[in-house]
Amino acid sequence: MAERSFAREVEDLKLGAGQEFRGEGILAITKALLECGVSYVAGYQGAPISHLMDVLSDAQDILSDLGVHFESSASEATAAATLAASVMYPVRGAVTFKAPVGINVASDALANLSSGGVTGGALIIIGEDYGEGSSIMQERSHAFAMKSQLWLVDPRPNVASIVKAVHDSFELSEASNTPVMLEVRIRACHVHGRFATRDNIRPAFPLSRALDQPSRDTNRIVLPPASFLHEKEKVEHRWPAAVEFIHARGMNETFDGDIDDIGIIMQGGMYNGVITALREAGLADIWGETRVPLYVMNVTYPIVDREVIDFCRAKKAVLMVEEGQPEFIEQALHKILRNADIPAKLHGKDLFPMAGEYTAQVMGEAIGAFIRRWRPDALSDAARAPNIDRTEVDEKIRVLADVVPPRPPGFCTGCPERPIFSAMKLVEKELGPHHVAADIGCHLFSILPPFNIGATTMGYGLGPASASAFNVPAGKRSISMMGDGGFWHNGLTSGVGNAVFNQHDGVIVVVDNYYSAATGGQDIPSSRADNRSRSTKHPIVEAAKGVGAKWVRQIDRTYDVTRMRDTLREALTTEEKGPKVIVASSECMLNKQRRVKPLVAAAAKRGERIVRERFGVDEDVCSGDHACIRLSGCPSLSVKPTTDPLKDNPVAAVDNSCVGCGHCGEVADAAVLCPSFYRADVVSNPTSFETQLDRLWQRMIGALQRWRAGRRVMFEQEAA
Amino acid sequence: MNVSVAPSSIVLSQARPITVAVLAMGGQGGGVLVDWIVALAERRGWFAQSTSVPGVAQRTGATIYYIEMIAPDTSKPDRHPVLSLMPAPGKVDIVIGAELMEAGRAILRGLVSPDRTLLIGSSHRSLAVIEKTAPGDGTADAAQVYEAANVAANRFIAFDMAEIADATGSVVSSVLFGALAGSGALPFATEDFEATIRAAGVGVDASLRAFAAGRERAVAMVKQDPQIKPVAKPPLARHFPRLEPIGHAGYDALVARAQQLPPEVHGIVAAGLQRVVDYQDVAYGSEYLDRLEAMPREATGLLQAFAKYLAVAMAYDDVIRVADLKTRAGRFDRVRREVRAGDDQVVAITEFFHPRIEEMAGLLPPVLGEKVERNERLARLIDRGRKLRTTSPSAFLLLYGVAGLRRFRRRTLRHAREMRHLDEWAQRVRKFAGSDPALATAVCEARRLVGGYSDTHSRGESKFDKVMLASERLASRPDAAEWVQRLTKVALKDADGAELDGALRTVETLFEDA
Repeated sequence: MAERSFAREVEDLKLGAGQEFRGEGILAITKALLECGVSYVAGYQGAPISHLMDVLSDAQDILSDLGVHFESSASEATAAATLAASVMYPVRGAVTFKAPVGINVASDALANLSSGGVTGGALIIIGEDYGEGSSIMQERSHAFAMKSQLWLVDPRPNVASIVKAVHDSFELSEASNTPVMLEVRIRACHVHGRFATRDNIRPAFPLSRALDQPSRDTNRIVLPPASFLHEKEKVEHRWPAAVEFIHARGMNETFDGDIDDIGIIMQGGMYNGVITALREAGLADIWGETRVPLYVMNVTYPIVDREVIDFCRAKKAVLMVEEGQPEFIEQALHKILRNADIPAKLHGKDLFPMAGEYTAQVMGEAIGAFIRRWRPDALSDAARAPNIDRTEVDEKIRVLADVVPPRPPGFCTGCPERPIFSAMKLVEKELGPHHVAADIGCHLFSILPPFNIGATTMGYGLGPASASAFNVPAGKRSISMMGDGGFWHNGLTSGVGNAVFNQHDGVIVVVDNYYSAATGGQDIPSSRADNRSRSTKHPIVEAAKGVGAKWVRQIDRTYDVTRMRDTLREALTTEEKGPKVIVASSECMLNKQRRVKPLVAAAAKRGERIVRERFGVDEDVCSGDHACIRLSGCPSLSVKPTTDPLKDNPVAAVDNSCVGCGHCGEVADAAVLCPSFYRADVVSNPTSFETQLDRLWQRMIGALQRWRAGRRVMFEQEAA
Repeated sequence: MNVSVAPSSIVLSQARPITVAVLAMGGQGGGVLVDWIVALAERRGWFAQSTSVPGVAQRTGATIYYIEMIAPDTSKPDRHPVLSLMPAPGKVDIVIGAELMEAGRAILRGLVSPDRTLLIGSSHRSLAVIEKTAPGDGTADAAQVYEAANVAANRFIAFDMAEIADATGSVVSSVLFGALAGSGALPFATEDFEATIRAAGVGVDASLRAFAAGRERAVAMVKQDPQIKPVAKPPLARHFPRLEPIGHAGYDALVARAQQLPPEVHGIVAAGLQRVVDYQDVAYGSEYLDRLEAMPREATGLLQAFAKYLAVAMAYDDVIRVADLKTRAGRFDRVRREVRAGDDQVVAITEFFHPRIEEMAGLLPPVLGEKVERNERLARLIDRGRKLRTTSPSAFLLLYGVAGLRRFRRRTLRHAREMRHLDEWAQRVRKFAGSDPALATAVCEARRLVGGYSDTHSRGESKFDKVMLASERLASRPDAAEWVQRLTKVALKDADGAELDGALRTVETLFEDA
């Protein structure tokens, strides 16, 4: 079960012709796929398209009613390979994953697919994760489009344009026998908007027909001599066909303006930013009217040369708004303009920064500079020289830089991964620091305070693989991390299998939290949940043993820090050869809470006995050294000021967001910290026997307490 | 599609959208608030667009949401606006900070500007990891955020919304929605806000209560003279008990004695005296005063510091003390309050102890204790975590019994060691008091390095001892006090002790140069 449910929203997928859809970009894309008569959809979750997978997952009934097959793929490579169905058969298929890391993983399949070409429309929806909030390396997907020669569609970032792009892309794909990548930037994925819907279409060619009546064509297979023909076909047939279609369909858009000796060319995704910047300069309005002509490339690859030439022909200067680097499009424009002897001066990365997101500020400055250079007369006085004195304000704000603490993402309250790293900290204290190869997933938060563990990340599921070289005799062993998601994605073979085969002596810790948690809690093969459309409950331990790992330990409750620490210590010191695999399993707390909360509420309503666990700190026992926090970082374990004049530091405190995971108590025990922590089991609807017994005990205990209290000097605040 | 507009006909509309940025922490319900705002605008027939970059930031990290909304163009109602997907510095009308430092972050990012921005912030704090892990007090200064907000924003509305959320059984986002309504910054009626909450259909009653409370506060603040700027709540004041008789003959006699000390120190002495009497007995209070009275009275700053740390040192944390605090009358009720247990609920309390052989041996008479301490087999037997359910008779009686060992405490190994250590320190303070009161005070205050339990205690004590050695070495220098203060500061910040060693090497170089 995914973190976010779209059960209500997917009802909107049934909207028909003449109705209006309102909602998130992701959901709109799903609706568009159904309107296009797609036969199959596959993908691998990851920001910002996780929700697309979740939407599809929640929409399975609607999909099967329409005869659409949906798969949660094992990896992006699997997803891309799924598009092979469209090679020989006239079926439309779509896959989705995160860019560019998903494309990296999928590139083998994508390159083969692009080489042979497709018959049915093949759409690859990529969620671009560039700029603020990104969790990956900053790269462009554009390079992939150029090297494999598949088309890149980058629509204007509003729901209606994105939906139109889905429709156009399928046709473009079929017209040019080439897969199409539809790039949706992170903010556009989550953009809320509206569009006029069409009826959903049932695929005309059912997939079952392909199985029953298979067909083949050796010329579509990537093997010489066909592969050499493919390359020729790409440049001689598919490319021109694509350019022709894009132009004929008007996929790229031109917006005229009266200041027509200059112009702005942009990737479709940049359009709203450009309009906003022009609006601030007094050259456009909120309804998209512009005084500066615009050429919007909703298809950024291939470029339609004649459209560029037409746009630039009578202009003194044009500005290319192209986010990311290198500036592939700007380079191409230089060639196009030079070949066509167009004298217009081309600006781009000379006014824009080469690297980094085109934020509102960057956009405003660069476009402002462009206009000031070529048409300063078009600007109002205020836009030419803004005149606000901010000296005092700026001074007070500057001071804030040292006050406002950074707040990077971290482990959630009660996260089962936290104790794994607390245990690693404790082992570090005994055996010294180790080389820790980190991996992609929530567990990567270990690199931040308070744990500061982890040296490198080399890609999803590649933690153990990235420790491969450290397979030499030494005093210490390497530790490599991997999540359950990464394990099934490729880590089983690239990590565990590889370590077995190469007789690696290192320690592999597999963090098993029952979900692909970082991407939003999707199920994977080792998930413990019942999933009506997927086969789950395949233990990681068995898979690891299956590829030959001998020293394999399963820890069923990561919160047992002592056991976790002892197991790690054993793995690091045992004489046994080969990889030491520790599978540390406990359910992702975010998902557990989501799963359990309604159950508990329902049980409470029925009057059933329910135990709620919560931790707390005895303020007067706490010495305020915060050692417990340095081994935890739990959001619910905080500090609070004290009124005690004899205490120098704020004391530890557990707030009401505590979910009672027990980590703080376990750490206090394992690290021999302090006895300040207590756990309170709050029993709702206790049995009457339980209540009676408790009353009796509390009476006895109360009597003893009163007896002792009577024999000591009582001070005011205590008596109160 | 080629949209052609004849150049001469271009008349630009002057309409501009209302822009709203929401800064929240992952898991705070920022997304819910944003959905409400969008639904509210659409309910009134407006166009609204929201975006966010959640990514991994949803896991407790800082997240920024951005909304633009605009009424349809009455002349051409079919036209769709082109709205921005990200906030531009200086162009945001309403900034909402779901926590005080997130409001501060909005200011830092330039989203709040004096000419147009209404800043609505919840004044509660949810501490960042780096604030909490600091060994001393690493809490960020709220007052500075207020100061910046008061100049950076056109209007600043701040109050503790977490408190209201708590009281109404809702979440901060409901209170923020109420504050937004109450601010009057959006041209929508209160009924529209409420209808939006109802339409969303989740936790409606609690959300409406929180909304109403938030709205009320904001309305009151908007009505105020704009010259009256919100101020940060002052830090919690220390509570000093009064140095006065309480009707207990023994204690009252001590009070009479302590009143002979300079009046400036009465507050801290009262606190110290109560602590040590509570810790042991009246006679122990008398010992406290003996040590205090041996100190010169002229330098009251020194006397204050000594009174404080002497009490802390005498009331060292041992097993008896912990058992005593855990079994006291009133504690179970306090825990019940803290975990919000209702009267009809049963609460079982479990303690996490991990006694080491040192703690056990510490309870024995010195000769026997030292022997036991060296017994490795016994150490292995003792050294493990124990969970004790203090609300049940057996565990309670065990702890109650340990607490009862209080009357033997003076004869234990631990006490002997603590007192030896304390007296060395007290002698050093006295020695420096005559020649260099500032140094003596610094030596007093270095005592704050000692505290905690088990390893933390030993580490702290070893750092303290190093600083003490350095103080002897530095005593001849005029800047000795500053050096000791500096060393204490370094030692405090540094959990492992590596930085302190570095600082101590620097101290050595002072003498090489000389």
